[in-house]
Amino acid sequence: MESLAACVIAVLVACGVYLVLRARTFTVVLGLSLLSYAVNLFLFFSGRLMTGAPPLATSPGPTADPLPQALVLTAIVIGFGMTAFVVILALRARGELGNDHVDGREDK
Amino acid sequence: MNHWIIFPLLLPLVAGMLNLLLVRSGVGAQRVVSLLTTFALLVFALLLLARAASGHIDVYELGNWPAPFGIVLVLDRLSALMLVLTALLALPVLAHACFGDDRRGRDFHVLFPLQLLGLNGAFLTGDLFNLFVFFEILLIASYCLAMHGQGPERTRNALRYVVLNLIGSSLFLIALAVIYGVCGSLNMADLAVKVAGSAPDQAPLLHAAALLLLTVFGLKSAILPLFLWLPGLYAAVLPSVAALFAIMTKVGVYAILRTQSLIFTADGPVAQSSALLLPLALVTLAVGSLCVLGSKRLRELLAWLVIVSVGTLLAGIGLWNAAGISASLYYLPHTTLVTAGLFLLEGLMARQRGSAADRLEPGAPMAQPDLYGTLFLVGAMASAGLPPLSGFVGKVLLLHAAAPGHAIWLWSVVLGGSLLGLVALVRCGSMLFWKTEGVPVSGTVVSWARLAPAAALILAAVVLAAMAGPVTAYTQATATQILTPQIYIEAVLGGANP
Repeated sequence: MESLAACVIAVLVACGVYLVLRARTFTVVLGLSLLSYAVNLFLFFSGRLMTGAPPLATSPGPTADPLPQALVLTAIVIGFGMTAFVVILALRARGELGNDHVDGREDK
Repeated sequence: MNHWIIFPLLLPLVAGMLNLLLVRSGVGAQRVVSLLTTFALLVFALLLLARAASGHIDVYELGNWPAPFGIVLVLDRLSALMLVLTALLALPVLAHACFGDDRRGRDFHVLFPLQLLGLNGAFLTGDLFNLFVFFEILLIASYCLAMHGQGPERTRNALRYVVLNLIGSSLFLIALAVIYGVCGSLNMADLAVKVAGSAPDQAPLLHAAALLLLTVFGLKSAILPLFLWLPGLYAAVLPSVAALFAIMTKVGVYAILRTQSLIFTADGPVAQSSALLLPLALVTLAVGSLCVLGSKRLRELLAWLVIVSVGTLLAGIGLWNAAGISASLYYLPHTTLVTAGLFLLEGLMARQRGSAADRLEPGAPMAQPDLYGTLFLVGAMASAGLPPLSGFVGKVLLLHAAAPGHAIWLWSVVLGGSLLGLVALVRCGSMLFWKTEGVPVSGTVVSWARLAPAAALILAAVVLAAMAGPVTAYTQATATQILTPQIYIEAVLGGANP
């Protein structure tokens, strides 16, 4: 279970980093989204993977940690807002600069 | 519990929302709200400074949840100093913006208080995740402010800035998840205890987290490999926004100082990241100084001076002794206020130089050369570190603090950097004021009131030099408090705050 989760995050991060390093804003935005998915999953898993455990310690035995869920909710909301902002900014750069290069200039 | 601590957060939040409601009633009402709020912030910050100066650490438990379970706001000497600095910077910058910059785009008076909310929150919070949230608040406000006034050049630079900071935020979250996974807490005081007592097999993960945090804060404070976003952005935004951004890099410096001195201490089990600080700072300083010399525009030159100042500040902090941190904390208000003042002055000078604007080439003579020349001279002398102004005092304190082993590097880089800065500023001044051609541009003479905010910020160098005694006494006390994290930990976790 842990190794599967680690592999999922690793693939997401690798794809995200690859896309972020591209020269056009559309792929960069996609890469940022993939990175934020990976980060959210990682944050969620930092409370350890377990199933069927209660979130409150009412009886002895394993309990799930509810805090990472609160953290990841905050991170999702912030990530969502930031992605929306960068999409609009990228569209605007496309309109104002006449191309979708991250530098605002076409390759010579 | 002392409820005043939350006011630096509530005031700008309420003001920002109020200004959103006042959008239809025009910019006049919004200006009144923003100015009153910022003035009140300054008053509150000074009251909190007087409270923190006694050495007592105030802890505010949000929702009355005791630490480490709830989020806490912590007011120690360092936080109080940063709050005062933010308010001292914000008031003149806002006053300057009210002369027209705020009408160059929409919602300036909504974003400005929210930016202050993010800054104040970042300085007050005692929780790492909460620090992330306040970073995001101040970043999204800064993204919009960077775009204020619009135009392709701003869009191009803002896009880079936003993408880099989004990647930085991802790294920040990864670091937080690693820390939470290892320690099971994000409260800074609690982490300080848990990291100090961590098992040897946890050390590699904590090292990784510490270095990730250093990378993130290094991106915010623009240290060496991560500073490429700064000069373009600062050269593209409006002068009043650039002046406000003078404190943005200092938030990164503050975060480095706070996390490294409290959690990943130089004598603790996770010390590598704090040892990296001095070399990084010196290289940043050296490269920044060379780029100051190579600047072709005044605004670009000032942006590189911001990077030089970050290098100087981190060099002092990287020494990890009381004298070094105290010197940096004295240099911090000096460099923030003077650089901001120079950014504002540059905007006014560029208008008087006609088509040459702020490019360092012969242009129209200024309509008020004496006034601008004097202010520029004071600002340049303070930035370059010439006596008798505050830059000189700060640099002497810094050079004095270096241990014999570090001294050779620190002295040569800081003094060499100062020389390069001085040469660049002298060349710049003679170009701006003496190599002129044509006639003054008509209609650009500004009133005293218009010039007052920039003048006030630049003259802070004189005030800081005159008050060097009390200010250094405070910064020395602050440095001692920072280097004794037990006081902070006991204040937060000891439950000594009924």
